[in-house]
Amino acid sequence: MHTTAQKLNGSEIFFECLRREHVDTIFGYPGGALLKVYETLYDVTDIKHILVRHEQGATHMAEGYARATGKPGIVLVTSGPGATNTVTGITNAYMDSSPMVVFTGQVPSSLIGNDAFQEADIVGITRPITKHNFLVKDVRDLATTIRKAFFLATNGRPGPVLVDMPKDILNAECEFNWPESVDIRGFKPTITCHANQIEKAAKKIAAAKRPLLYIGGGVISANASKELSLLAKALNIPVTMTLQGLGAFPASDPLNMGMLGMHGTYWANQAVNKCDLLIAVGARFDDRVTGKVETFAPQAYKIHNDIDPTNVDKNIKVDLPVVGDSKDFLAQLIKALPEKSENHDSWLAEIESWRNQCPLTFTVEDDSLKTEFVISRVSEETKGNAVVVTDVGQHQMWTSQYYHFNNPRSIITSGGLGTMGYGLPAAIGAAFGVKDRPVILFCGDGGFMMNIQELVTAVYYKVPVKIFLLNNSFLGMVRQWQELFHQEKYSFTDLNDSNPDFLKVVDAFGCKALRAENPEEAEATIKEALAYNEGPVFVEFRVIKKDMVFPMVPAGGSISEMLLERLNPKTMV
Amino acid sequence: MKHLISVLVENKFGTLNRVASMFSARGFNLASISIGETEDPEISRMTIVTRGDDQIVSQVLKQLNRLIDTIKVTDLTHQPHVERELILMTLKLSKTTQHEIFELINVFKGKVVDIKQKSITIEVIGSPDKINTTIDIFRPYGIRELARSGAVAIHRGE
Repeated sequence: MHTTAQKLNGSEIFFECLRREHVDTIFGYPGGALLKVYETLYDVTDIKHILVRHEQGATHMAEGYARATGKPGIVLVTSGPGATNTVTGITNAYMDSSPMVVFTGQVPSSLIGNDAFQEADIVGITRPITKHNFLVKDVRDLATTIRKAFFLATNGRPGPVLVDMPKDILNAECEFNWPESVDIRGFKPTITCHANQIEKAAKKIAAAKRPLLYIGGGVISANASKELSLLAKALNIPVTMTLQGLGAFPASDPLNMGMLGMHGTYWANQAVNKCDLLIAVGARFDDRVTGKVETFAPQAYKIHNDIDPTNVDKNIKVDLPVVGDSKDFLAQLIKALPEKSENHDSWLAEIESWRNQCPLTFTVEDDSLKTEFVISRVSEETKGNAVVVTDVGQHQMWTSQYYHFNNPRSIITSGGLGTMGYGLPAAIGAAFGVKDRPVILFCGDGGFMMNIQELVTAVYYKVPVKIFLLNNSFLGMVRQWQELFHQEKYSFTDLNDSNPDFLKVVDAFGCKALRAENPEEAEATIKEALAYNEGPVFVEFRVIKKDMVFPMVPAGGSISEMLLERLNPKTMV
Repeated sequence: MKHLISVLVENKFGTLNRVASMFSARGFNLASISIGETEDPEISRMTIVTRGDDQIVSQVLKQLNRLIDTIKVTDLTHQPHVERELILMTLKLSKTTQHEIFELINVFKGKVVDIKQKSITIEVIGSPDKINTTIDIFRPYGIRELARSGAVAIHRGE
């Protein structure tokens, strides 16, 4: 490590700053504007650089790494196309509040604005999709800027921050000075919740007859699972989670209601509909959760804790806002609870009756395979303890229903943006961060093709990721909506005639490839894949085409009115 | 309803863009925006006029606060404040109208900043109401060009 006040060039300062921020892994791709950085990197041994095959892949890997570890994901890409290729990944991280720092090379300062070769105004392009971004104009500002970037990405509501570094800045020299602390006067997130609000919340909770905890990804970011369990179990309060919140409360606990919302469980949605107190923690009342807002939790007094004040009263007017960190909120609440509270046995029994009325089930047939079966089996085999990454679509929703998450930081999925192509790179990134648990990817055949180039990265670095492709030869979720709401016009969703032979493709990448076409084969390949740790392993599950995700709340509908099965059962396979 | 928001921001490149693009990205109304350096050269003051119901304006204020480059956001609407706008207006001038025009300039406490054979440019400062009235009154005389600064506002002193 270089000592302070030593003269370094911009590229050396860059790596020195990464060391100070305890970065061990970066995902990058070289290019003209970054030549000096890669020259320096050549001799760097304490920071692992993962060479991706597309800059979008780098951003999703960084996000997968960040979500699995809680540390910020780091991306390093060149100017122009390198930078613009990060846009989808940055937007994804912004929507899902993932800490990420993206470093982009830029053309030399003197050429900025001249339409120079490989120039793009990436600071302008990413302003609305980053928490904040910077263009470094002087090498003497580089260290402070990087310090600020990490501070912003990881404090308050996490998010992506971009630092644009012109080529001349990376070559220029100055004395290296690492600021031990940063003060950004426009950024003072509220961490500690207001005691008065906590007191009011505690009173409401003690008096509630039918309370429900509605948990979002904020509880995961805040590492507040322990506090959540303490609160829920102390008062017997059932817990429902959003897609990003899954794992915050163990699926094995009887108080777990699973996911709520569009493809949530029937009983969780009924509980929302009937509860007299809704305690939203680290959640943002997304439209996929609420359905029709006017009829969301109509009888409930609503408490809403979030670290980002803009989330309060944005989609739904709440009765008691409590701005602050979710860990602090839950911890303070536990202390403030009165000795006595209402007994919730009859409320839990009511929920249980809804569960019995419409449980999550599927049929198993000997000669055909369903995604639900594969996910259920993987859940059982891994005892709900794997890190599960998904792509976007039907398999993603089935994962939320049939994989029983027992730990936080276990589901890594594109929730807000719904980015197809997210899964494979995110799984690879997660596997770089997590060594003690298997990393499993569930992916559809559509999304797999969107970033298939990253298979090279997985093979080259021998990343032990299990790639479970649920191939129904359709863009299944779009197909589902076409069948249900668009007169069965399967417009451009049938991939059967155009999909490649996945086994051959994957084999050509040098990846172990297996296939299963029925439950028996599926059982065997799942076991084989889980036992294989020499590198990535791929299994193509040939699943039926016409399967649909139920229950379902049609777009704009009330979550109390769920579609429980196909409207037209004769199309069922 | 109309809201008048005063925002202290970092005096850095791109700050105006961050604020303006937040308004467009979130579909908020932006009736006017004006910006200039304060007594501290590192800080600029923005005066924003927006319209919306309470829920929307509350979101506007929170979203403004959320931007890293904003230092302080104040809704002046229901607080004692002074609000001013400036217009520069070029009017057609003729023998038959000049007398009336000069009288009206006096009425509105305007200033003549330029005068030619067939045109006159005046400056008027006042509250947005006064400015609107000024424009209405002068319109029949033939407005050739009009430049409006947008509102600037500040808290009334203690």
